[in-house]
Amino acid sequence: MKNHVIRPLFVVVGLVALILIIRVFVVPKDFGVHERGYMFGWYRKSNEGDWKTFKIKYQTSEYCKDCHSEQYKKIINSKHAKVQCENCHGPAADHPEKPEKLSIGRSRELCLRCHAYLPYRPSVYAQLPGVPITLKMQDPNVHNPGIECVTCHSTHEASLK
Amino acid sequence: MDCDRREFLKVGFKTLLATGVSIGAFELLKPEVLAALNKEKGLRWVFVVDTTKCVGCGMCVRACKLENEVPYETNVSRTWVERYVMTKDGKILVDSPKAARDGFIKNDPMGVTVKKEDIDKAFFVPKLCNQCEAPPCVQVCPVGATYQAPDGVVLVDRTWCIGCGYCIMACPYGVRFFHPLYRVAEKCNFCYHRINKGMKTACVDACAFGARQIGNIKDLEDPVARIIKTERTAVLKEEFGTKPHVFYIGLDSIVR
Repeated sequence: MKNHVIRPLFVVVGLVALILIIRVFVVPKDFGVHERGYMFGWYRKSNEGDWKTFKIKYQTSEYCKDCHSEQYKKIINSKHAKVQCENCHGPAADHPEKPEKLSIGRSRELCLRCHAYLPYRPSVYAQLPGVPITLKMQDPNVHNPGIECVTCHSTHEASLK
Repeated sequence: MDCDRREFLKVGFKTLLATGVSIGAFELLKPEVLAALNKEKGLRWVFVVDTTKCVGCGMCVRACKLENEVPYETNVSRTWVERYVMTKDGKILVDSPKAARDGFIKNDPMGVTVKKEDIDKAFFVPKLCNQCEAPPCVQVCPVGATYQAPDGVVLVDRTWCIGCGYCIMACPYGVRFFHPLYRVAEKCNFCYHRINKGMKTACVDACAFGARQIGNIKDLEDPVARIIKTERTAVLKEEFGTKPHVFYIGLDSIVR
């Protein structure tokens, strides 16, 4: 074969070899086909572990109940029993270290998320043991507009103060 | 060889029987048969959404955004709640303002005030990633950045994603979006960090109405698996053949 054919051919072969060598170093060892096969399981295996160690922020009321036992007992015996502490107080994360203090949601909008009257909002609440109860709904334009709900109502007891 | 007809038939029949039995035994040792025998020991995450219980408070969306570090002020979200209102004159109003992060506190679907007597039917539908058994988003990824874990959850490798957006276009449910900070594809992953530590997802924990539940469909004792097996459930956009693993109770034909 003539030189002008062979020389570029060497360059191409060399380039391919170089790319393959670089690939060995760049692509992680655990990258490849895993349990779900080539179509759905072609990935870096250790990424599963990366996601598993993602930081938990919402700790659930179980996390709160030992230090705040008084408030916990109150709410667990009220009609708000299924409402998590963190729904109003925000994610606990590493509380009490970080954040040292959690916020208290007192806004009218927070209560209205469930208690504003909408014609299509399910009115029967059956999540508590015993007979289903009615979900208390109010028209926010009629029921004491402008005043915070917590002025008259106790959230932890789900009743009037 | 002296072999009369009776002897020939006897031996022939025995040989046939023996081969039949041994082939039957091989059948038992086939990998897929063995896998089926082991099925109840496996793990496959599933989700059940009871739309009849959802009141549209949006606590799930709020919890999801804060838990999974999806920037709170942006409109993107891993999960959202849709409001469907069908009026008597046949109009269907669908909205999900800010992904229902702040809940639905006014009767203003798509900015229209609809009187109670004008409504035929109306309800809320929470949406999230369906963790499909045949995920089209994974199929289209050119670099192997998104994949399905052995337990069925579809994950995104943030260090590997090149941000081409093919997966965002491929998802028939529109659950994928660009993460505004990481600039890679982002999606609901059933709070993978929580479910692997024995917790429930942030949205399930935040829901005071029991509208959301997560479980393992391969566990015969699992109450969520029991709901899917014994109750009337449906999935979204079955015609796409993606085999979604989020099952809905009380799904209506107007839900898209």
